[in-house]
Amino acid sequence: MLQDCTMAVQVKVPTILRPQTGGSKTVEASGDTLDAVLKDVDAKHEGLRARLVDDEGKLHRFVNIYVDDEDVRFNGSLDAPVGENSTVTILPAVAGG
Amino acid sequence: MRFESLVDSVGNTPLVGLPQLSPSPEVRLWAKLEQNNPTGSVKDRPALFMVAQAEKDGLLFPGATVLEPTSGNTGISLAMVCAQKGYRLVCVMPENTSEERRQLLRMWGAEIVSSPAAGGSNEAVAVAKRISAENPDWVMLYQYGNPANAQSHYETTGPEILADLPTITHFVAGLGTTGTLMGVGRYLREQVPDVKIVAAEPQYGDVVYGLRNVDEGFIPELYDPSVLTTRYSVDHRASLRRTRELVMQEGIFAGISTGAILHAALGIADREVAAGRKADICFVVCDGGWKYLSTGAYAGTLEEATASLEGQLWA
Repeated sequence: MLQDCTMAVQVKVPTILRPQTGGSKTVEASGDTLDAVLKDVDAKHEGLRARLVDDEGKLHRFVNIYVDDEDVRFNGSLDAPVGENSTVTILPAVAGG
Repeated sequence: MRFESLVDSVGNTPLVGLPQLSPSPEVRLWAKLEQNNPTGSVKDRPALFMVAQAEKDGLLFPGATVLEPTSGNTGISLAMVCAQKGYRLVCVMPENTSEERRQLLRMWGAEIVSSPAAGGSNEAVAVAKRISAENPDWVMLYQYGNPANAQSHYETTGPEILADLPTITHFVAGLGTTGTLMGVGRYLREQVPDVKIVAAEPQYGDVVYGLRNVDEGFIPELYDPSVLTTRYSVDHRASLRRTRELVMQEGIFAGISTGAILHAALGIADREVAAGRKADICFVVCDGGWKYLSTGAYAGTLEEATASLEGQLWA
């Protein structure tokens, strides 16, 4: 895949949140923390951040966010570091078993 | 080894080394072979403990009906246990689970209520809760919130692993009900200073996350994140690739969720090698591959298998 010179963070968006991204499954953003990335996404796709982060600035209980497949709740939550070509994956919490 | 009956033979599974896939003599991988349980999965342990606890609580008697939401393995284990003890079993199972699971459940005498594919196990839990409310005399064991689930691993799986691998540094298992990780994790944390407890969570295709809104999400009541060191999400392509590596290189024919767990374990192994540390990484083989043959997981190229698994509830 051809890339721009500027590296972008890929943000994977689940089906239920795609109305916020005009139907896009993946959006590009920049930022060196999850918080910065989500704010950058929100600048282009207003309303996405409000579905993920509550009024107190905490991640929504039933949303899991992964930076390069690691759950951010174990790495600083919104302060989790994001590399310049990282992938951020947003998923609703589902059961197994 | 001799046992009074099949249910008495649950547990005491082998722990085997992975000489080909371990990166070095200092960083070694160890597989806990839970497919060696009577119905072929790790779920025999919680099934047995949950039924025993319900019996102790006076909830079960011959002819009683047990109800359980399950994507398969727990149902199969319960079906075997309930058949031995004379209980009727009704399983609520998402419709996008493998055909083998349905056949096995019926073979052991369980009745199946199908729940919609969209929403995966969340929907099975919701349907089971509705059925439970309509049938107050039925006993829903409810693996997601039943402490006996985690307790089975605290009392059996954890001690078995530590006895076989006193030098354990990492424990890696799948995150479904969270019972394995909570039970083994708590036990090992009490016994082994600094042990790392790592969850590998299956990342499904879009349909499984097809909730109507975020508030329909589900977190098992058993889940306590403070037991975990970290948690990884592993998609079905990586899981399939590792499932195939496990059988080709080590001869272990495992189900697809085990591939996800192995993927996380190998990631840890690489980091330990890079950091120059010694590590003994134990991971759980949840079940054998037999129940997933019809999904196409083991046939054709990795791309073909990945495509055929899209939308399936494979863990």
